[in-house]
Amino acid sequence: MEVKGKAIVFGDHVNTDVIIPSKYLTTLDPSELAKHAMEGLDLTFYEKARGGVILVAGKNFGCGSSREHAPIALKHAGVRCVVAESFARIFYRNAINIGLPVVECPSILEKTSNGDELLVNLAEGEIVNLTKNLRLQASKLPSFILEIISAGGLVEHLKRRLEKHGKL
Amino acid sequence: MNISEKILARASGRKEVSPGEIVEANVDMAMVNDITGPLTIETFYKIGVSKVWDNSRIVMVLDHQVPADSAKSAELHKIVRRFAKEQNIPYFYDVGFGGVCHQVMVEKGHVRPGELIVGADSHTCTYGALGAFGTGIGSTEMAAVFATGKIWLKVPETIKFNVVGEFQKFVGAKDLILSIIGQIGADGANYKAMEFDGPVIKNMNVSDRLTICNMAVEAGAKTGIINPDEKVMAYIKNRTDRQITPLKSDAGASYEKIIDLDVSSLEPQVACPSSVDNVKPVSEVEGTPIDQAFIGSCTNGRIEDLRIAAEIVKGKKIKNGVRFIVTPASHEVYLQALREGILETLAEAGACVSNPTCGACFGGHMGLLAEGETCISSSNRNFTGRMGSPKAKVYLASPATVAASALKGEITDPRRL
Repeated sequence: MEVKGKAIVFGDHVNTDVIIPSKYLTTLDPSELAKHAMEGLDLTFYEKARGGVILVAGKNFGCGSSREHAPIALKHAGVRCVVAESFARIFYRNAINIGLPVVECPSILEKTSNGDELLVNLAEGEIVNLTKNLRLQASKLPSFILEIISAGGLVEHLKRRLEKHGKL
Repeated sequence: MNISEKILARASGRKEVSPGEIVEANVDMAMVNDITGPLTIETFYKIGVSKVWDNSRIVMVLDHQVPADSAKSAELHKIVRRFAKEQNIPYFYDVGFGGVCHQVMVEKGHVRPGELIVGADSHTCTYGALGAFGTGIGSTEMAAVFATGKIWLKVPETIKFNVVGEFQKFVGAKDLILSIIGQIGADGANYKAMEFDGPVIKNMNVSDRLTICNMAVEAGAKTGIINPDEKVMAYIKNRTDRQITPLKSDAGASYEKIIDLDVSSLEPQVACPSSVDNVKPVSEVEGTPIDQAFIGSCTNGRIEDLRIAAEIVKGKKIKNGVRFIVTPASHEVYLQALREGILETLAEAGACVSNPTCGACFGGHMGLLAEGETCISSSNRNFTGRMGSPKAKVYLASPATVAASALKGEITDPRRL
Protein backbone atom coordinates (compact mmCIF):
# COMPACT_ATOMS: atom_id res chain seq x y z
CA MET A 1 0.00 0.00 0.00
CA GLU A 2 1.50 3.30 -1.12
CA VAL A 3 0.39 6.87 -0.54
CA LYS A 4 1.80 9.88 -2.36
CA GLY A 5 1.38 13.60 -1.85
CA LYS A 6 2.88 16.96 -1.02
CA ALA A 7 3.82 17.56 2.60
CA ILE A 8 2.18 20.15 4.83
CA VAL A 9 4.33 20.47 7.92
CA PHE A 10 3.30 21.22 11.52
CA GLY A 11 5.18 21.04 14.85
CA ASP A 12 4.90 19.09 18.11
CA HIS A 13 1.83 18.41 20.25
CA VAL A 14 -0.80 19.31 17.66
CA ASN A 15 -3.97 18.73 19.72
CA THR A 16 -7.50 17.78 18.72
CA ASP A 17 -8.87 21.17 19.77
CA VAL A 18 -6.84 22.85 17.02
CA ILE A 19 -7.44 20.02 14.52
CA ILE A 20 -11.18 20.57 14.90
CA PRO A 21 -12.37 23.20 17.42
CA SER A 22 -15.19 22.05 19.71
CA LYS A 23 -17.71 24.48 18.26
CA TYR A 24 -17.95 22.24 15.19
CA LEU A 25 -18.62 19.03 17.11
CA THR A 26 -22.37 19.38 16.69
CA THR A 27 -22.06 18.32 13.07
CA LEU A 28 -21.60 14.76 11.88
CA ASP A 29 -21.20 15.77 8.23
CA PRO A 30 -17.62 14.91 7.13
CA SER A 31 -17.54 17.50 4.35
CA GLU A 32 -18.58 20.22 6.79
CA LEU A 33 -15.97 19.11 9.33
CA ALA A 34 -13.36 19.08 6.55
CA LYS A 35 -13.84 22.81 5.94
CA HIS A 36 -12.63 23.52 9.48
CA ALA A 37 -9.74 21.05 9.63
CA MET A 38 -6.67 22.50 11.39
CA GLU A 39 -8.53 25.77 11.79
CA GLY A 40 -6.92 26.35 15.17
CA LEU A 41 -3.49 26.63 13.53
CA ASP A 42 -4.03 27.47 9.89
CA LEU A 43 -7.16 29.05 8.46
CA THR A 44 -6.06 28.24 4.91
CA PHE A 45 -5.51 24.53 5.51
CA TYR A 46 -8.66 23.40 3.73
CA GLU A 47 -7.64 25.27 0.58
CA LYS A 48 -4.10 23.88 0.74
CA ALA A 49 -5.12 20.29 1.40
CA ARG A 50 -7.61 19.94 -1.44
CA GLY A 51 -6.50 17.45 -4.01
CA GLY A 52 -4.57 15.39 -1.51
CA VAL A 53 -1.63 15.99 0.83
CA ILE A 54 0.45 14.26 3.44
CA LEU A 55 0.38 15.89 6.84
CA VAL A 56 3.76 15.88 8.57
CA ALA A 57 4.18 16.64 12.26
CA GLY A 58 6.41 16.24 15.28
CA LYS A 59 5.79 14.57 18.61
CA ASN A 60 2.44 13.56 20.11
CA PHE A 61 0.22 14.41 17.13
CA GLY A 62 -3.49 14.37 18.00
CA CYS A 63 -3.18 14.72 21.76
CA GLY A 64 -6.24 15.71 23.73
CA SER A 65 -9.79 14.57 23.31
CA SER A 66 -11.19 11.36 21.86
CA ARG A 67 -13.18 13.21 19.19
CA GLU A 68 -13.13 11.16 16.03
CA HIS A 69 -14.21 14.32 14.26
CA ALA A 70 -10.47 15.16 14.20
CA PRO A 71 -9.22 12.39 11.86
CA ILE A 72 -12.52 12.58 9.92
CA ALA A 73 -11.97 16.30 9.27
CA LEU A 74 -8.40 15.67 8.11
CA LYS A 75 -9.31 12.73 5.89
CA HIS A 76 -12.13 14.55 4.16
CA ALA A 77 -10.09 17.73 3.77
CA GLY A 78 -7.71 15.71 1.59
CA VAL A 79 -5.12 14.35 3.99
CA ARG A 80 -4.05 10.97 2.58
CA CYS A 81 -1.73 10.05 5.41
CA VAL A 82 -0.34 11.57 8.60
CA VAL A 83 3.36 11.02 9.23
CA ALA A 84 4.53 12.13 12.67
CA GLU A 85 7.42 11.51 15.02
CA SER A 86 4.83 10.06 17.43
CA PHE A 87 1.07 10.04 17.97
CA ALA A 88 -1.28 10.35 20.91
CA ARG A 89 -2.88 6.96 21.31
CA ILE A 90 -6.59 7.72 20.90
CA PHE A 91 -6.03 9.74 17.73
CA TYR A 92 -3.84 6.94 16.39
CA ARG A 93 -6.55 4.33 16.88
CA ASN A 94 -9.28 6.64 15.59
CA ALA A 95 -7.35 7.38 12.41
CA ILE A 96 -6.86 3.69 11.66
CA ASN A 97 -10.48 2.95 12.44
CA ILE A 98 -11.74 5.51 9.92
CA GLY A 99 -9.18 4.44 7.32
CA LEU A 100 -6.73 7.33 7.57
CA PRO A 101 -3.19 5.91 7.40
CA VAL A 102 -0.89 7.00 10.22
CA VAL A 103 2.82 6.33 10.20
CA GLU A 104 5.44 6.98 12.86
CA CYS A 105 8.79 8.23 11.62
CA PRO A 106 11.27 9.67 14.14
CA SER A 107 13.20 11.75 11.57
CA ILE A 108 10.29 13.04 9.52
CA LEU A 109 10.15 16.62 10.84
CA GLU A 110 13.86 17.16 10.51
CA LYS A 111 13.99 15.84 6.93
CA THR A 112 10.82 17.35 5.45
CA SER A 113 10.02 20.85 4.21
CA ASN A 114 6.64 22.20 3.29
CA GLY A 115 5.74 21.13 -0.23
CA ASP A 116 8.15 18.18 -0.46
CA GLU A 117 6.72 15.29 -2.45
CA LEU A 118 6.51 12.20 -0.23
CA LEU A 119 5.88 8.56 -1.08
CA VAL A 120 4.83 6.45 1.90
CA ASN A 121 4.94 2.68 1.75
CA LEU A 122 2.71 1.52 4.61
CA ALA A 123 3.48 -2.19 4.48
CA GLU A 124 7.24 -1.68 4.31
CA GLY A 125 7.39 1.23 6.72
CA GLU A 126 9.41 3.32 4.34
CA ILE A 127 9.07 6.95 3.31
CA VAL A 128 10.73 8.39 0.22
CA ASN A 129 11.16 12.15 0.04
CA LEU A 130 11.10 12.49 -3.76
CA THR A 131 11.98 16.18 -3.67
CA LYS A 132 15.11 15.72 -1.55
CA ASN A 133 15.82 12.20 -2.77
CA LEU A 134 15.92 10.72 0.73
CA ARG A 135 14.76 7.43 2.17
CA LEU A 136 13.44 7.43 5.75
CA GLN A 137 12.69 4.48 7.98
CA ALA A 138 9.22 4.50 9.51
CA SER A 139 7.25 2.14 11.72
CA LYS A 140 5.76 -0.88 10.00
CA LEU A 141 2.08 -1.37 10.59
CA PRO A 142 1.11 -4.87 11.78
CA SER A 143 -0.87 -6.86 9.24
CA PHE A 144 -4.21 -6.68 11.08
CA ILE A 145 -3.98 -2.89 11.13
CA LEU A 146 -3.08 -2.81 7.43
CA GLU A 147 -6.16 -4.94 6.80
CA ILE A 148 -8.36 -2.37 8.55
CA ILE A 149 -6.79 0.52 6.63
CA SER A 150 -7.00 -1.22 3.28
CA ALA A 151 -10.67 -2.04 3.91
CA GLY A 152 -11.18 1.71 4.34
CA GLY A 153 -11.70 1.53 8.09
CA LEU A 154 -13.07 -0.64 10.87
CA VAL A 155 -16.69 -0.55 9.70
CA GLU A 156 -15.86 -1.94 6.25
CA HIS A 157 -13.48 -4.42 7.86
CA LEU A 158 -16.21 -5.72 10.19
CA LYS A 159 -18.78 -5.76 7.39
CA ARG A 160 -16.47 -7.97 5.35
CA ARG A 161 -15.99 -10.24 8.34
CA LEU A 162 -19.74 -10.42 8.87
CA GLU A 163 -20.32 -11.29 5.21
CA LYS A 164 -17.58 -13.91 5.20
CA HIS A 165 -18.28 -15.63 8.50
CA GLY A 166 -21.90 -14.71 9.19
CA LYS A 167 -20.86 -13.30 12.58
CA LEU A 168 -18.46 -10.76 14.08
CA MET B 1 2.06 -8.48 37.42
CA ASN B 2 0.94 -4.96 38.23
CA ILE B 3 -2.72 -4.01 38.49
CA SER B 4 -3.07 -2.93 34.84
CA GLU B 5 -1.57 -6.19 33.58
CA LYS B 6 -3.76 -8.22 35.93
CA ILE B 7 -6.95 -6.52 34.73
CA LEU B 8 -6.02 -6.95 31.06
CA ALA B 9 -5.10 -10.60 31.68
CA ARG B 10 -8.42 -11.27 33.37
CA ALA B 11 -10.38 -9.43 30.69
CA SER B 12 -8.70 -11.39 27.92
CA GLY B 13 -8.94 -14.77 29.66
CA ARG B 14 -5.18 -15.15 30.07
CA LYS B 15 -3.17 -16.23 33.04
CA GLU B 16 -0.52 -13.67 32.37
CA VAL B 17 0.23 -10.81 30.01
CA SER B 18 3.27 -8.62 29.58
CA PRO B 19 3.85 -5.13 28.15
CA GLY B 20 3.84 -4.93 24.37
CA GLU B 21 1.53 -7.92 23.89
CA ILE B 22 -1.68 -7.29 22.01
CA VAL B 23 -4.73 -8.87 23.63
CA GLU B 24 -8.34 -9.14 22.62
CA ALA B 25 -10.22 -8.21 25.75
CA ASN B 26 -13.84 -8.45 26.85
CA VAL B 27 -15.17 -5.06 27.87
CA ASP B 28 -16.95 -4.86 31.24
CA MET B 29 -18.57 -1.46 30.69
CA ALA B 30 -18.77 0.93 27.72
CA MET B 31 -19.75 4.59 27.96
CA VAL B 32 -20.65 7.27 25.41
CA ASN B 33 -21.81 10.87 25.75
CA ASP B 34 -23.69 13.34 23.57
CA ILE B 35 -20.61 14.33 21.53
CA THR B 36 -19.30 10.85 20.77
CA GLY B 37 -22.54 8.88 21.10
CA PRO B 38 -24.32 10.01 17.91
CA LEU B 39 -21.31 9.10 15.76
CA THR B 40 -21.07 5.76 17.58
CA ILE B 41 -24.73 5.06 16.92
CA GLU B 42 -24.54 6.04 13.25
CA THR B 43 -21.49 3.80 12.83
CA PHE B 44 -23.02 0.93 14.81
CA TYR B 45 -25.87 0.61 12.31
CA LYS B 46 -23.44 0.84 9.37
CA ILE B 47 -21.72 -2.34 10.56
CA GLY B 48 -24.91 -4.21 9.82
CA VAL B 49 -25.89 -5.45 13.28
CA SER B 50 -29.14 -4.55 14.96
CA LYS B 51 -28.65 -5.33 18.66
CA VAL B 52 -25.92 -4.28 21.07
CA TRP B 53 -23.88 -7.08 22.59
CA ASP B 54 -25.13 -6.49 26.15
CA ASN B 55 -27.41 -3.59 27.01
CA SER B 56 -26.61 -3.85 30.74
CA ARG B 57 -22.97 -3.01 30.05
CA ILE B 58 -23.61 0.23 28.18
CA VAL B 59 -23.92 3.65 29.80
CA MET B 60 -25.07 6.73 27.88
CA VAL B 61 -24.80 10.20 29.38
CA LEU B 62 -25.86 13.55 27.97
CA ASP B 63 -23.34 15.97 29.42
CA HIS B 64 -21.36 18.07 26.97
CA GLN B 65 -24.07 20.37 25.73
CA VAL B 66 -26.85 20.15 28.29
CA PRO B 67 -29.46 21.41 28.40
CA ALA B 68 -29.27 21.62 24.61
CA ASP B 69 -27.62 24.93 23.75
CA SER B 70 -28.73 24.85 20.13
CA ALA B 71 -31.12 23.03 17.84
CA LYS B 72 -28.13 21.06 16.50
CA SER B 73 -27.25 19.81 19.97
CA ALA B 74 -30.89 18.96 20.57
CA GLU B 75 -30.80 16.78 17.45
CA LEU B 76 -27.74 14.95 18.79
CA HIS B 77 -29.48 14.37 22.11
CA LYS B 78 -32.48 13.02 20.27
CA ILE B 79 -30.30 10.45 18.48
CA VAL B 80 -28.89 9.19 21.81
CA ARG B 81 -32.31 9.15 23.51
CA ARG B 82 -33.85 7.19 20.65
CA PHE B 83 -31.04 4.64 20.63
CA ALA B 84 -31.28 4.14 24.40
CA LYS B 85 -34.97 3.41 23.96
CA GLU B 86 -34.56 1.17 20.91
CA GLN B 87 -31.80 -0.87 22.52
CA ASN B 88 -33.41 -0.84 25.95
CA ILE B 89 -30.33 0.64 27.63
CA PRO B 90 -31.10 0.84 31.34
CA TYR B 91 -28.26 3.23 32.17
CA PHE B 92 -29.19 6.26 30.14
CA TYR B 93 -28.76 9.55 32.02
CA ASP B 94 -30.78 12.40 30.59
CA VAL B 95 -30.67 16.07 31.54
CA GLY B 96 -31.39 16.44 35.26
CA PHE B 97 -30.51 12.86 36.15
CA GLY B 98 -26.79 12.58 35.54
CA GLY B 99 -24.11 15.16 34.93
CA VAL B 100 -20.56 14.96 33.63
CA CYS B 101 -20.16 11.40 32.34
CA HIS B 102 -17.13 10.34 34.38
CA GLN B 103 -18.63 11.60 37.62
CA VAL B 104 -21.88 9.82 36.77
CA MET B 105 -19.99 6.59 36.00
CA VAL B 106 -18.35 6.50 39.40
CA GLU B 107 -21.18 7.76 41.57
CA LYS B 108 -23.79 5.52 39.97
CA GLY B 109 -21.64 2.47 40.61
CA HIS B 110 -20.76 1.66 36.98
CA VAL B 111 -17.04 1.62 37.79
CA ARG B 112 -15.86 -1.30 39.88
CA PRO B 113 -12.37 -2.41 40.88
CA GLY B 114 -10.82 -4.97 38.55
CA GLU B 115 -12.97 -4.07 35.54
CA LEU B 116 -12.00 -3.03 32.02
CA ILE B 117 -13.99 0.02 31.02
CA VAL B 118 -13.85 1.85 27.72
CA GLY B 119 -15.40 5.24 27.17
CA ALA B 120 -15.73 7.38 24.10
CA ASP B 121 -14.13 10.25 25.94
CA SER B 122 -10.46 10.79 26.63
CA HIS B 123 -10.91 11.26 30.38
CA THR B 124 -12.13 7.69 30.82
CA CYS B 125 -8.76 7.12 32.49
CA THR B 126 -10.41 8.66 35.59
CA TYR B 127 -11.78 5.25 36.63
CA GLY B 128 -8.38 4.00 37.69
CA ALA B 129 -9.04 5.86 40.94
CA LEU B 130 -11.37 2.97 41.82
CA GLY B 131 -8.92 0.32 40.66
CA ALA B 132 -10.50 -0.20 37.24
CA PHE B 133 -8.64 -0.03 33.93
CA GLY B 134 -10.42 2.80 32.12
CA THR B 135 -9.31 4.04 28.74
CA GLY B 136 -10.64 6.43 26.11
CA ILE B 137 -11.51 5.35 22.59
CA GLY B 138 -13.20 6.92 19.58
CA SER B 139 -16.69 6.51 18.20
CA THR B 140 -15.99 3.95 15.47
CA GLU B 141 -14.13 1.75 17.88
CA MET B 142 -17.00 2.14 20.33
CA ALA B 143 -19.45 1.07 17.63
CA ALA B 144 -17.42 -2.12 17.28
CA VAL B 145 -17.52 -2.59 21.06
CA PHE B 146 -21.30 -2.06 21.03
CA ALA B 147 -21.49 -4.79 18.39
CA THR B 148 -18.98 -7.30 19.80
CA GLY B 149 -18.16 -6.42 23.41
CA LYS B 150 -14.51 -6.83 22.51
CA ILE B 151 -11.53 -4.60 21.85
CA TRP B 152 -7.87 -5.14 20.99
CA LEU B 153 -5.45 -3.47 23.34
CA LYS B 154 -1.72 -3.37 23.65
CA VAL B 155 -0.63 -4.13 27.20
CA PRO B 156 1.06 -0.90 28.27
CA GLU B 157 4.32 -0.38 30.07
CA THR B 158 3.68 1.15 33.48
CA ILE B 159 5.36 4.08 35.18
CA LYS B 160 4.88 4.02 38.92
CA PHE B 161 4.78 7.21 40.96
CA ASN B 162 5.60 6.70 44.60
CA VAL B 163 4.38 9.78 46.46
CA VAL B 164 5.50 10.62 49.98
CA GLY B 165 5.42 13.62 52.33
CA GLU B 166 2.59 15.86 53.49
CA PHE B 167 0.70 18.52 51.58
CA GLN B 168 0.63 22.08 52.87
CA LYS B 169 -2.79 23.64 53.50
CA PHE B 170 -4.58 24.41 50.21
CA VAL B 171 -2.14 22.26 48.24
CA GLY B 172 -3.39 18.89 47.03
CA ALA B 173 -4.20 16.38 44.33
CA LYS B 174 -4.51 18.86 41.46
CA ASP B 175 -1.18 20.48 42.29
CA LEU B 176 0.45 17.06 42.45
CA ILE B 177 -0.82 15.88 39.07
CA LEU B 178 -0.01 19.22 37.40
CA SER B 179 3.48 19.03 38.83
CA ILE B 180 3.90 15.46 37.52
CA ILE B 181 2.72 16.44 34.02
CA GLY B 182 5.04 19.44 34.11
CA GLN B 183 7.93 17.14 34.91
CA ILE B 184 7.29 14.33 32.43
CA GLY B 185 5.68 16.37 29.64
CA ALA B 186 2.50 16.12 27.56
CA ASP B 187 3.70 12.86 26.04
CA GLY B 188 5.73 11.70 29.04
CA ALA B 189 3.53 8.64 29.50
CA ASN B 190 2.39 8.18 25.90
CA TYR B 191 0.76 4.73 25.43
CA LYS B 192 1.66 3.88 29.04
CA ALA B 193 -0.15 3.33 32.31
CA MET B 194 0.57 5.66 35.22
CA GLU B 195 0.22 3.91 38.56
CA PHE B 196 0.07 6.12 41.65
CA ASP B 197 1.14 4.77 45.00
CA GLY B 198 2.75 5.71 48.28
CA PRO B 199 1.47 7.10 51.60
CA VAL B 200 0.16 10.35 50.08
CA ILE B 201 -2.08 8.44 47.69
CA LYS B 202 -3.17 5.99 50.39
CA ASN B 203 -4.22 8.93 52.59
CA MET B 204 -6.19 10.56 49.80
CA ASN B 205 -9.97 10.41 49.56
CA VAL B 206 -11.60 8.97 46.44
CA SER B 207 -12.36 12.44 45.05
CA ASP B 208 -8.70 13.44 45.03
CA ARG B 209 -7.72 10.12 43.48
CA LEU B 210 -10.23 10.76 40.71
CA THR B 211 -8.59 14.16 40.05
CA ILE B 212 -5.18 12.52 39.71
CA CYS B 213 -6.20 9.64 37.46
CA ASN B 214 -8.39 11.96 35.38
CA MET B 215 -5.38 13.91 34.16
CA ALA B 216 -3.20 10.92 33.24
CA VAL B 217 -4.31 11.39 29.63
CA GLU B 218 -2.75 14.87 29.65
CA ALA B 219 0.61 13.09 29.81
CA GLY B 220 -0.54 10.81 26.99
CA ALA B 221 -1.28 7.83 29.25
CA LYS B 222 -3.61 5.00 28.38
CA THR B 223 -4.82 5.01 31.94
CA GLY B 224 -4.06 6.31 35.42
CA ILE B 225 -4.58 3.75 38.13
CA ILE B 226 -4.42 3.23 41.89
CA ASN B 227 -4.62 -0.05 43.81
CA PRO B 228 -8.09 -0.23 45.36
CA ASP B 229 -8.29 -0.17 49.16
CA GLU B 230 -10.92 0.00 51.89
CA LYS B 231 -11.76 3.62 50.96
CA VAL B 232 -12.69 2.51 47.46
CA MET B 233 -14.68 -0.45 48.74
CA ALA B 234 -16.55 1.85 51.13
CA TYR B 235 -17.25 4.29 48.28
CA ILE B 236 -18.80 1.72 45.98
CA LYS B 237 -20.49 -0.43 48.63
CA ASN B 238 -23.93 1.09 48.31
CA ARG B 239 -23.61 2.01 44.65
CA THR B 240 -23.56 -1.39 42.98
CA ASP B 241 -24.78 -4.90 43.52
CA ARG B 242 -22.47 -6.47 40.94
CA GLN B 243 -19.91 -8.93 42.15
CA ILE B 244 -16.55 -7.27 42.64
CA THR B 245 -13.15 -8.87 42.20
CA PRO B 246 -10.56 -6.26 43.13
CA LEU B 247 -7.10 -6.76 41.70
CA LYS B 248 -3.90 -5.26 43.05
CA SER B 249 -0.29 -5.01 41.95
CA ASP B 250 1.91 -7.81 43.25
CA ALA B 251 4.73 -6.84 45.58
CA GLY B 252 7.29 -7.84 42.96
CA ALA B 253 5.46 -6.37 39.96
CA SER B 254 7.65 -4.87 37.28
CA TYR B 255 7.57 -1.28 36.06
CA GLU B 256 9.23 0.57 33.25
CA LYS B 257 10.36 3.03 35.88
CA ILE B 258 9.53 4.19 39.37
CA ILE B 259 9.51 7.90 40.10
CA ASP B 260 9.72 9.03 43.74
CA LEU B 261 8.09 12.31 44.68
CA ASP B 262 7.89 14.26 47.93
CA VAL B 263 5.01 16.74 48.17
CA SER B 264 6.04 18.45 51.43
CA SER B 265 7.47 21.53 49.76
CA LEU B 266 5.08 21.53 46.79
CA GLU B 267 3.59 24.96 46.07
CA PRO B 268 0.22 25.37 44.38
CA GLN B 269 0.84 24.65 40.68
CA VAL B 270 -0.51 26.41 37.59
CA ALA B 271 -0.46 25.11 34.00
CA CYS B 272 0.10 28.17 31.84
CA PRO B 273 -1.14 28.77 28.28
CA SER B 274 -1.34 26.86 26.05
CA SER B 275 -0.27 23.38 27.05
CA VAL B 276 -0.96 21.30 30.13
CA ASP B 277 2.73 20.61 30.67
CA ASN B 278 3.64 24.30 30.82
CA VAL B 279 3.47 24.11 34.61
CA LYS B 280 4.82 26.73 37.01
CA PRO B 281 4.59 27.25 40.74
CA VAL B 282 1.92 29.85 41.51
CA SER B 283 4.57 32.27 42.79
CA GLU B 284 5.82 32.72 39.22
CA VAL B 285 2.45 33.79 37.81
CA GLU B 286 0.88 35.48 40.83
CA GLY B 287 -0.69 38.80 39.97
CA THR B 288 -1.70 37.85 36.42
CA PRO B 289 -5.09 39.58 35.92
CA ILE B 290 -8.07 37.35 35.14
CA ASP B 291 -11.47 37.94 33.57
CA GLN B 292 -13.01 34.63 34.54
CA ALA B 293 -12.57 31.89 37.12
CA PHE B 294 -14.10 28.49 36.53
CA ILE B 295 -14.65 25.60 38.91
CA GLY B 296 -16.12 22.46 37.45
CA SER B 297 -15.41 19.52 35.10
CA CYS B 298 -14.64 15.83 35.61
CA THR B 299 -11.31 16.91 37.08
CA ASN B 300 -12.47 19.20 39.87
CA GLY B 301 -16.22 19.66 40.06
CA ARG B 302 -16.96 17.35 42.96
CA ILE B 303 -18.46 18.18 46.35
CA GLU B 304 -15.02 18.25 47.96
CA ASP B 305 -13.91 20.85 45.40
CA LEU B 306 -16.97 23.01 45.94
CA ARG B 307 -16.47 22.82 49.72
CA ILE B 308 -12.95 24.23 49.36
CA ALA B 309 -14.21 27.00 47.09
CA ALA B 310 -16.99 27.85 49.56
CA GLU B 311 -14.55 27.88 52.47
CA ILE B 312 -12.38 30.38 50.63
CA VAL B 313 -15.09 32.79 49.42
CA LYS B 314 -17.44 32.55 52.42
CA GLY B 315 -18.59 35.99 53.56
CA LYS B 316 -16.54 37.69 50.84
CA LYS B 317 -17.24 39.07 47.39
CA ILE B 318 -15.39 38.15 44.26
CA LYS B 319 -13.50 40.96 42.57
CA ASN B 320 -15.62 43.37 40.59
CA GLY B 321 -15.19 42.63 36.88
CA VAL B 322 -14.50 38.91 37.29
CA ARG B 323 -16.99 36.22 36.29
CA PHE B 324 -16.87 33.29 38.67
CA ILE B 325 -18.55 30.27 37.07
CA VAL B 326 -19.19 27.19 39.18
CA THR B 327 -20.47 24.00 37.54
CA PRO B 328 -21.11 21.06 39.86
CA ALA B 329 -19.96 17.86 38.15
CA SER B 330 -23.23 16.02 38.61
CA HIS B 331 -26.79 16.24 39.77
CA GLU B 332 -25.80 14.37 42.93
CA VAL B 333 -23.01 16.86 43.61
CA TYR B 334 -25.40 19.73 42.89
CA LEU B 335 -27.98 18.42 45.37
CA GLN B 336 -25.37 17.76 48.04
CA ALA B 337 -23.94 21.26 47.60
CA LEU B 338 -27.46 22.65 47.82
CA ARG B 339 -28.14 20.79 51.07
CA GLU B 340 -24.86 21.90 52.61
CA GLY B 341 -25.53 25.54 51.80
CA ILE B 342 -22.51 25.64 49.51
CA LEU B 343 -24.41 26.90 46.49
CA GLU B 344 -25.78 29.74 48.61
CA THR B 345 -22.32 30.66 49.90
CA LEU B 346 -20.91 30.66 46.39
CA ALA B 347 -23.84 32.59 44.90
CA GLU B 348 -23.66 35.20 47.67
CA ALA B 349 -20.00 35.73 46.88
CA GLY B 350 -20.96 36.44 43.29
CA ALA B 351 -20.55 33.05 41.64
CA CYS B 352 -22.76 32.11 38.73
CA VAL B 353 -23.71 28.52 39.55
CA SER B 354 -24.70 26.50 36.50
CA ASN B 355 -26.27 23.10 36.03
CA PRO B 356 -23.93 20.09 35.70
CA THR B 357 -22.34 20.04 32.22
CA CYS B 358 -18.99 19.84 30.45
CA GLY B 359 -19.95 23.25 28.96
CA ALA B 360 -17.22 25.76 29.76
CA CYS B 361 -14.40 23.23 30.16
CA PHE B 362 -14.54 22.01 26.59
CA GLY B 363 -15.57 25.31 25.06
CA GLY B 364 -19.10 24.21 24.28
CA HIS B 365 -21.24 26.78 26.08
CA MET B 366 -21.89 28.40 29.47
CA GLY B 367 -18.81 30.51 30.05
CA LEU B 368 -16.73 30.93 26.89
CA LEU B 369 -13.98 33.49 26.51
CA ALA B 370 -13.59 36.45 24.17
CA GLU B 371 -10.42 37.50 22.38
CA GLY B 372 -7.78 38.75 24.79
CA GLU B 373 -9.51 37.38 27.89
CA THR B 374 -7.89 35.25 30.60
CA CYS B 375 -9.46 32.48 32.63
CA ILE B 376 -8.18 30.43 35.53
CA SER B 377 -9.87 27.07 35.54
CA SER B 378 -10.03 23.93 37.65
CA SER B 379 -10.50 21.86 34.48
CA ASN B 380 -7.99 19.79 32.52
CA ARG B 381 -7.00 21.47 29.26
CA ASN B 382 -5.73 24.90 28.31
CA PHE B 383 -5.09 24.38 24.59
CA THR B 384 -5.41 27.29 22.18
CA GLY B 385 -9.12 27.92 21.63
CA ARG B 386 -10.17 25.33 24.20
CA MET B 387 -12.58 27.64 26.06
CA GLY B 388 -13.65 29.91 23.23
CA SER B 389 -11.54 32.42 21.32
CA PRO B 390 -8.16 31.15 20.10
CA LYS B 391 -6.88 34.48 21.40
CA ALA B 392 -8.01 33.82 24.97
CA LYS B 393 -5.70 32.40 27.63
CA VAL B 394 -6.45 29.57 30.04
CA TYR B 395 -4.51 28.78 33.21
CA LEU B 396 -5.23 25.49 35.00
CA ALA B 397 -5.11 25.21 38.77
CA SER B 398 -6.73 23.67 41.83
CA PRO B 399 -10.18 24.76 43.04
CA ALA B 400 -8.47 26.53 45.97
CA THR B 401 -6.24 28.57 43.65
CA VAL B 402 -9.17 29.33 41.34
CA ALA B 403 -11.40 30.51 44.21
CA ALA B 404 -8.63 32.64 45.70
CA SER B 405 -7.97 34.16 42.27
CA ALA B 406 -11.68 34.95 41.83
CA LEU B 407 -11.57 37.00 45.04
CA LYS B 408 -8.50 38.97 44.05
CA GLY B 409 -9.14 39.27 40.32
CA GLU B 410 -5.66 37.98 39.63
CA ILE B 411 -3.85 34.66 39.97
CA THR B 412 -3.46 34.22 43.71
CA ASP B 413 -1.76 31.78 46.04
CA PRO B 414 -4.59 30.45 48.26
CA ARG B 415 -2.16 30.06 51.15
CA ARG B 416 -1.70 33.83 51.29
CA LEU B 417 -5.32 34.93 51.59
